[in-house]
Amino acid sequence: MKTKSGFSRRALIAIGGAAMLVGPALAQAQTVKVGLILPMTGPFASTGRQIEAAAKLYIAQNGATVAGKTIELVIKDDTGTPDVTRRIAQELLVNDKVSFLAGFGLTPLAFAAAPLATQSKTPLIVMAAATSSITEQSPFVVRSSFTLPQITIGIADWASKNGIKKAMTLVSDYGPGIDAEKAFKERLTAAGGEVVGDVRVPLRNPDFSPFLQRVSDAKPDALFVFVPSGAGSQFMKQFVERGLDKSGIKLIATGDVTDDDIVDSMGDVALGTITTHHYSAAHPSPENKAFVEAFRKAANTRPNFMAVGGWDGMHLIYEALKKTNGATDGTALVEAMKGMSWVSPRGPVSIDPKTRDIVQNVYVRKVEKVNGELYNVEFSTFEAVPDPVKAAK
Amino acid sequence: MLNKLPEQPASTTEALSPAAFLQAKAAWRWPEILFWISAFGLILLLPNRHLLLNEIAILGLFALSLDLILGYAGIVSLGHAAFFGVGAYAAGLLSKHGISEPVTGLVLSGAIAGLTGFLASFMILRGSDLTRLMVTLGVALILHELANRLDWITGGADGLLGVTIGPIFGRFDFDFAGTTAYVYSLTTTFLLFLLARHVVQSPFGLSLKALKDNRLRASTIGIAPNRRLIAIYTLAAVYAGMAGALLTQTTQFVSLEVLDFARSADALLVLVIGGSGYLYGGLIGAVAFKLMKDVLSAMTPAYWIFWMGFILVILVLIGRDRLMAMLAKPFVPLLRLLGVRRP
Repeated sequence: MKTKSGFSRRALIAIGGAAMLVGPALAQAQTVKVGLILPMTGPFASTGRQIEAAAKLYIAQNGATVAGKTIELVIKDDTGTPDVTRRIAQELLVNDKVSFLAGFGLTPLAFAAAPLATQSKTPLIVMAAATSSITEQSPFVVRSSFTLPQITIGIADWASKNGIKKAMTLVSDYGPGIDAEKAFKERLTAAGGEVVGDVRVPLRNPDFSPFLQRVSDAKPDALFVFVPSGAGSQFMKQFVERGLDKSGIKLIATGDVTDDDIVDSMGDVALGTITTHHYSAAHPSPENKAFVEAFRKAANTRPNFMAVGGWDGMHLIYEALKKTNGATDGTALVEAMKGMSWVSPRGPVSIDPKTRDIVQNVYVRKVEKVNGELYNVEFSTFEAVPDPVKAAK
Repeated sequence: MLNKLPEQPASTTEALSPAAFLQAKAAWRWPEILFWISAFGLILLLPNRHLLLNEIAILGLFALSLDLILGYAGIVSLGHAAFFGVGAYAAGLLSKHGISEPVTGLVLSGAIAGLTGFLASFMILRGSDLTRLMVTLGVALILHELANRLDWITGGADGLLGVTIGPIFGRFDFDFAGTTAYVYSLTTTFLLFLLARHVVQSPFGLSLKALKDNRLRASTIGIAPNRRLIAIYTLAAVYAGMAGALLTQTTQFVSLEVLDFARSADALLVLVIGGSGYLYGGLIGAVAFKLMKDVLSAMTPAYWIFWMGFILVILVLIGRDRLMAMLAKPFVPLLRLLGVRRP
């Protein structure tokens, strides 16, 4: 009797032990981890916060389960430093065994991580960085944000149609800025316009006043501006301080300058600024209304184009998993994403199967007051614009 | 316990010849041996964190390089990242243009950074601490802007693409978990540490300390300050350049951040945490700094910088020595048992 009970107890322990060993293994197989690497501190922290909030909101609204798998977000701060991004990406792949890498606030951060995506055959979703060439760094890069040339050619077209002959450009001195400058110049010159001067300002600690003096001396019809999201308010302030708003020089820009995050705090000086971009929180569609409302409730702020990049990035991950029935093979997931199309809060979008870059509408907008707050109100649309740099190749 | 090692009591040195005095100072003590055994032991003990350990080894080497000029020659620098960056870009460009064997690249990058340091050293010979601070800061800023402008060479603000690093000695490939990277960086750091230890305990090292304590007095007893400062500054630049090269080779990417002011400031912070003037300060500081960063940023990705600053303020207010003494208190009996009188 005694030996028997002793035996059964031992057996029980053994079974329990086995269950404990198998348990986590089973749970592991049911979880799909998404490594979200974002600048959460430093000068680009707002990018990180917007994307984080949007990604969490997507999971909250669509449920954490897709195709029988539970989605788990692993959020890491890379402080906007490429070597940290790379180390974190590598650790996420090795230790956390993530099936997706996502985020990437700035171009160099995406560049640093792209070779890892190729080596480990892991889909890498670029939710923010906007230099055209990022998707060429690895066949596993898919972009849910935008490219600078894509949104820039719209404003150049608008300018040439609206009687602007002589323009000057002012851009931040890094990849996307140079992309924007080039795209604007080519497009405007092709339409018969002329770029009479180009100014590049340093990316970090920008002081615009000496550059604005040059603009004021040159007296062009319009000044085209690109600065990354966040630097826009400082630019606007100095633009007014120099009296350029009253000099008759028309201010045209990419939507980054009058980003939804900051446009309201710029005050009335921003009124009337013409920009082109792929997203405005004022986009009149039921999808966007629901998105903005839910985002405001969750994050207590207005979503900007970073948030919509994060939202659509999560959508890509969910839909790809649905297509593969929950299989996490990287090659199959990227194949599933190619050619995918859906209606995003920003309007209809699709993933170009050849370039893995996003194809989307680009809107011409004007800063206006809506219910006492400043918004970018869309008044004209360029439909289904691909990345022009890669389309020309 | 790995704090400043006790000075030789004055009464015993009387009998020692200068050579014997130096030899006694150069003897290995057990905490040092323990430190290096555990550093190498982590290769086996922490297989998951080799990438972080690799970063720690590189930051440690960088801080060690700053310690050589700050702790031994008294040169305060806010722009040490200049040499780190030169080494990092040199390694990246070398690999891009044909020399992909890491050790060759490492040595060449160190030499290039050393040459830069040699040229820059003439500017720090004159002036007070504040002047030097500004000169070092200025050199780093100039190099940062140069790297930004010369984008057809450096890739500008986007970073240098296409860095491919071959296997070490054509045999050991850099693996995904970072094991090769850590072993490579740690071995480099260890070898360079041995050299630094030898240098600072040589008569040359002693004369540097004399210069640091009182330059006028040192020159009256026949120590020529300028040549010594140039030599140690150049050596420190070689070290910093090699640390930068290690970063490039183990991450296969270079960007402007290698020349950032924040990187110079980090090295100084590491020395504030670990202490300067005994070589281990940079290494211990790097361990503490990176671990703090890693743990805090994993807990609160958005607010960890606040806690980091908070801890640093506490550390400086209480004083490192007192804090260490408090932490070491429970271990005093154990240490006594092992034969250490003053931990």
